[in-house]
Amino acid sequence: MSATGENATGPGLSVAFDGIVKRFGPVEVLHGVSFALEPGRVYGLLGENGAGKSTLMKILAGYEQPSEGRVLVGGQPVAFSGSRDAEARGIVLIHQEFNLAEDLTIAGNIFLGHERRKGWLLDEAWMRREAASALQQVGLDRTPDTPVRRLIVAEKQLVEIAKALSRKARLLIMDEPTATLTPSEVARLFALIERMRAAGVTIIYISHKLDEVERITDEVIVMRDGKLVGRAPTASLTRPAMATMMVGREIADLFPAKESFDAAAVPALTVENFTVPGWARDVSFSVRPGEILGFAGLVGAGRTELFEGILGLRPGSGQVALAGHPVNLRSLGEATRQGLSYLSEDRKGKGLHVDFPLAPNLTLMALEQYARPWLDHDAERKALTQAVETFGIRTGSLSARAASLSGGNQQKLALAKVLHPKPRVLILDEPTRGVDVGAKREIYVLIHQLARQGLAVVVISSELIELIGLAHRVAVMRAGRLVATVEGAEMTEETMIAHATGARHVAA
Amino acid sequence: MSQPETAATPASEPRRAEAGPSFSDRLASFGPVIGLILLCAVGAGLNSDFATLENALNVLTRTAFIGIIAVGMCFVIILGGIDLSVGSMAALIAGCVIMFINWAAGALGSPLGAVVLGAGLAIGLGGILGLIQGVLIAKGRIEPFIVTLGTLGIYRAYLTYFADGGALTLENSLADLYAPAYYGSVLGVPVPVIAFLIVALIGAAILNKTAYGRHVQAIGSNETVARYAAVNVERVKILTYMLLGVCVGIATLFYVPRLGSASPTTGLLWELEAIAAVIVGGAALKGGHGSITGTVVGAILLSVISNILNLTSLISVYLNAAVQGFVIITVAFLQKGRR
Repeated sequence: MSATGENATGPGLSVAFDGIVKRFGPVEVLHGVSFALEPGRVYGLLGENGAGKSTLMKILAGYEQPSEGRVLVGGQPVAFSGSRDAEARGIVLIHQEFNLAEDLTIAGNIFLGHERRKGWLLDEAWMRREAASALQQVGLDRTPDTPVRRLIVAEKQLVEIAKALSRKARLLIMDEPTATLTPSEVARLFALIERMRAAGVTIIYISHKLDEVERITDEVIVMRDGKLVGRAPTASLTRPAMATMMVGREIADLFPAKESFDAAAVPALTVENFTVPGWARDVSFSVRPGEILGFAGLVGAGRTELFEGILGLRPGSGQVALAGHPVNLRSLGEATRQGLSYLSEDRKGKGLHVDFPLAPNLTLMALEQYARPWLDHDAERKALTQAVETFGIRTGSLSARAASLSGGNQQKLALAKVLHPKPRVLILDEPTRGVDVGAKREIYVLIHQLARQGLAVVVISSELIELIGLAHRVAVMRAGRLVATVEGAEMTEETMIAHATGARHVAA
Repeated sequence: MSQPETAATPASEPRRAEAGPSFSDRLASFGPVIGLILLCAVGAGLNSDFATLENALNVLTRTAFIGIIAVGMCFVIILGGIDLSVGSMAALIAGCVIMFINWAAGALGSPLGAVVLGAGLAIGLGGILGLIQGVLIAKGRIEPFIVTLGTLGIYRAYLTYFADGGALTLENSLADLYAPAYYGSVLGVPVPVIAFLIVALIGAAILNKTAYGRHVQAIGSNETVARYAAVNVERVKILTYMLLGVCVGIATLFYVPRLGSASPTTGLLWELEAIAAVIVGGAALKGGHGSITGTVVGAILLSVISNILNLTSLISVYLNAAVQGFVIITVAFLQKGRR
């Protein structure tokens, strides 16, 4: 089953890392990683954010060069000077953050840098045909001429995968490929992975979703703090065992126990017949102080847009009442002053100024507290010191830029930021997206604390397990309508998926 | 299989890229200052007239107009915008102020009152023109480049029209009355230099020490993030273009008494000099980042270059703009790796 020779065009590649060390300046992020991968298998690469898995994969795919150690492909040491070198050997990395040219078409993106020419001219017809076949394989129902700008996030992810397919990948690295996909798209992706494995392609699958790792991988490789800490056949591991390996400590229970709240209290937020043109219609719900209300639904069901409408971020109409008093929120500024706060699902695009230091990020939504009338930089710094402690934000320095934090710590900073205006209603949109298991747990505990302090919390999430573990009730949206609110024993993945997809036949 | 030990210690966070401003960051922020010092050393070596107090004040006085406008431009550039119209705006304001003072001196019967009101008009007019541009940009959602490219043409055309293709000139007696605003000095420091200093100090305080200033930086760094942080983006944008308009008004207020006239060539290419000063001062044209101190140093640096060329025969004076151009491109090149 060992690898083929230098020029084999055949299936999978065997790869070995031999004592890989990687330093960025004085900081060593990989401390001598060695392991080997066999062709035609699906490997789950696990580790918390910052464990070094992305750096290792970038070295394999030619984006970075190791400071020490060797990469062997098919038994031969290789030294890629760029991703093109690696792609020429059939090693393709699908980035977590997309590298798509928004103004080009799908076909243009798939063949970007690898355009097929006919003499001086581009062979558009051939590229369109090839792109169409790649799109069909990944199950994206769009013509290759569609500009990428018009695609939603999940579709862009599929285009990235189609792009990798068109490169005739023999070793494919997928970094969080399902973060934006709906269950049916995930199912299609997994079918595709199965087919590729059958064709002998080696696949390295990076994901925080342990259930997916359990479903799709043959073997699990775990990294922590820049070292390999273990590998084992997937079948021999349970999910808690995987999580324990990643974090290096027992996660007895990811979710804190649910606490009760006063079900007779006046709702902190009441929404009636709210409509956001094109996204949500006649949605009504309410959430009480101390309550955690989940919002489930597929990508595109209109959850985010509904709340953006309620918050005055996009046009919408309907009745909104805060603590029983009707309000008319025409802008987010007004919503914030009235005690509503919103954590966006898009941390880098909407949540944080990644180029800014931590303190200005933290205080931006409540800056008037620090203007007397001149901004009090000392008070801002003090607030940051406090937030770093309260929210457990791990940072090298208080004057660091937000970009230098890991995903989980950025998310904690974003949470601290939206809590800074001291809201009474908190809306969290995908609060643990792209966050490692350890940070997830911390965020869950935090949400519970906030609810206990009397905040009404809305959690929009695509991870049903998260909603089940966290929320008192879950509202399910489908195509812009609130189709069901489930609680207690009804809060199961099957029920919620049935409501979200419109499949009536709920598992008995 | 290797099952890892389950240590009781919490997972330590590996350090990412080192935090805080790096050495090269700090070096880059001192870059313009170092450049200015080197330039002054060269100037002093080439011509003994350079390192005199008289010459220094002369350079600073010449810098004042562009410098005051550059302070406003610094806000607009940090906001992620641009204003190409400032030169034309200055010319139009100068023309309007001259017409007003000439008229008001007779109508009010108080020449001094007319001059004072005229000075006030310069600031007011600047604010109004800036407001109009700001509204078009923020509410009308038109690219600032396009809006100010349009107003650049409009303002200068109206001045040419008012001046009937020639020049608008302040009456002699009124010009004498207004002259101290440019030629006067307090404790030996020329009035425009004092004005420049005050505008720069206020500008720095607004940028660094007010919520508005923070909002300007936040919008320039990432407008969407700012919007999702409940920043009133439209209002901040309008205010910022107004602020620049007011700066143009202040600059014009001190410029009018210099020649006592406004012609179609008044303020020509000032927009480029102001933008250059901001960029040489370390601001990023894409927004989010820049400083008033840097802008002031940048403005002075550019006029020191032309001063040295004037005082020495090293390079032809006709190549002044070329040397400035080389400096701008060099500075941009040096700052490239910073962000």
